Amino acid sequence: MKILVCISHVPDTTSKINFTNGDSEFDTNGVQFVINPNDEFGLTRAIWFQEQQGANVTVVNVGGPDTEPTLRKALAIGANEAIRVNANPTDGFFVAKQLAEVIKNGGYDLVIAGKESLDYNGGMVPGMLAGILGYNFVNSCTELKVEGTSATASREIDGGKETVATSLPLIIGGQKGLVEEKDLRIPNMRGIMTARTKALTVLEPVAANNNTKAVKFEKPAPKSAVKLVSADNLDELINLLHNEAKVI
Amino acid sequence: MSILIYAESAEGKFKKVAFELASYAKKVAESLGTTVTAVTVNTANVSDLSKYGVDKVLKVNNDKLSGFTAKAYADVIKQAAQKEGAKLVLLSSTTDSLYLAPLVAVSLEAGYASNVVGLPVSTSPFQVKRNAFSNKAFNITEITTDVKVLGLAKNSYGVFESASSLTEEDFNPTIGDNDFGVKVQSVDKTSGKVTIADAEVVVSGGRGLKGPENWGMLEELASVLGAATACSKPVSDLGWRPHSEHVGQTGKPVATNLYIAVGISGAIQHIAGINSSKVKVVINSDADAPFFKVADYGVVGDAFDIVPKLTQKLKEFKANNS
Repeated sequence: MKILVCISHVPDTTSKINFTNGDSEFDTNGVQFVINPNDEFGLTRAIWFQEQQGANVTVVNVGGPDTEPTLRKALAIGANEAIRVNANPTDGFFVAKQLAEVIKNGGYDLVIAGKESLDYNGGMVPGMLAGILGYNFVNSCTELKVEGTSATASREIDGGKETVATSLPLIIGGQKGLVEEKDLRIPNMRGIMTARTKALTVLEPVAANNNTKAVKFEKPAPKSAVKLVSADNLDELINLLHNEAKVI
Repeated sequence: MSILIYAESAEGKFKKVAFELASYAKKVAESLGTTVTAVTVNTANVSDLSKYGVDKVLKVNNDKLSGFTAKAYADVIKQAAQKEGAKLVLLSSTTDSLYLAPLVAVSLEAGYASNVVGLPVSTSPFQVKRNAFSNKAFNITEITTDVKVLGLAKNSYGVFESASSLTEEDFNPTIGDNDFGVKVQSVDKTSGKVTIADAEVVVSGGRGLKGPENWGMLEELASVLGAATACSKPVSDLGWRPHSEHVGQTGKPVATNLYIAVGISGAIQHIAGINSSKVKVVINSDADAPFFKVADYGVVGDAFDIVPKLTQKLKEFKANNS
């Protein structure tokens, strides 16, 4: 089984979010970048398939040279090889077109992408890949098993979960549950050393439309300070929730 | 041209998000001088949509669609949009709609903006405001294609009544066998309980509650408020509560009217997941807990003392105000 794991290079959760160039770009100054958490669950599941079922795992990212340390980290975690499509990921459809090209040329059976990235929160690349390629698709996937060309998956639904049967080739929009948080791997020294010698191929992008563009960013208005209510005066809390906030 | 909305239902009844979407579509339709068409799947009674400004309903009734199948549903929405010549297709942000929207967008060659939080900033060029960076910023996105797909963030617009005379039309889109490559085997859903996705109020507990045996008092508080219960990540990692209740950046997002956090310190990952909630209340014994910085109302003190008292007082309040 050939697996492709799509990796987004995103600011670490604790990063301060600021914008630059007239609020038109994210300010990367002093920001630590990481593998998008939803992608990391997928990567770890892919490594499980590699170790248990002999799968070959390629990681891919659409981005500039500055994203290579993130791909190297994925190699250190255990991916066999990496691909970087050398383009600025400006629009979900544009990114999906680049990845679709990689998938078609590489003949991957299983493609795992996070259900959304934690920067733009678009939540569209896996679904668009499925739309472009016509492959089977499970979104918000929390469990995945593959036997031969058959797959069983669970997905989150509002208020519970749904189990589905499907077949390869398959696109997964992954999230927590594919593996548990405790099973995520920190690269060890041996992994980091071998990652240096693994192939990282750089491909030039194919022509594709940008269907959207990010015009500007805004930060939320500063919040007013919390109103503290004494633990002995809970009637006041109820009064505030009823008369001021009007939520009860 | 009209605006098309996918009006989602469950067990034959519209979800509240369908009415929010209709209200939103009505307002946009007014500014564009057009009408609102809704497409529904296996919903017998659609008359409620006339309260929120929908002019026409395309009713799809098909046994093949009795379980949710994303490709088939996306196909239905695509064909409805083409039939109506819709330039704007609107979906909500339920897990099903989030699953559908990118498929619909690709099939209509439409640009798609998700997590939209308000009316278009401009209709020409077409620009919308959306949540980004896990609710830490907004992003103004321009959609440059002729047909546009929007996903409206839950509880971001509200439900507004606007009576209309509704035309109903049966619609029979072509659904091919290749739409059914993913087959539902089983659905495991907690019934009779308010889900986090549907709840107006969420009561959430953290490690400060010391153990799963102490959740009874939170459930009582939730039941008085008609709320869903939720928990922080450490609580679900410790196995005190099921994963389905974990809210936060890697758990479920919460965008309710009222979010009550008990014994949750307010790690940045937790706040990212719940920050779209309108009013946040924190109850915590540690006055320095970061949650107090983002909350609207706070009570510093022992949850084991405060929660039962608050429940009792709310019971009395509800009895006097119902």
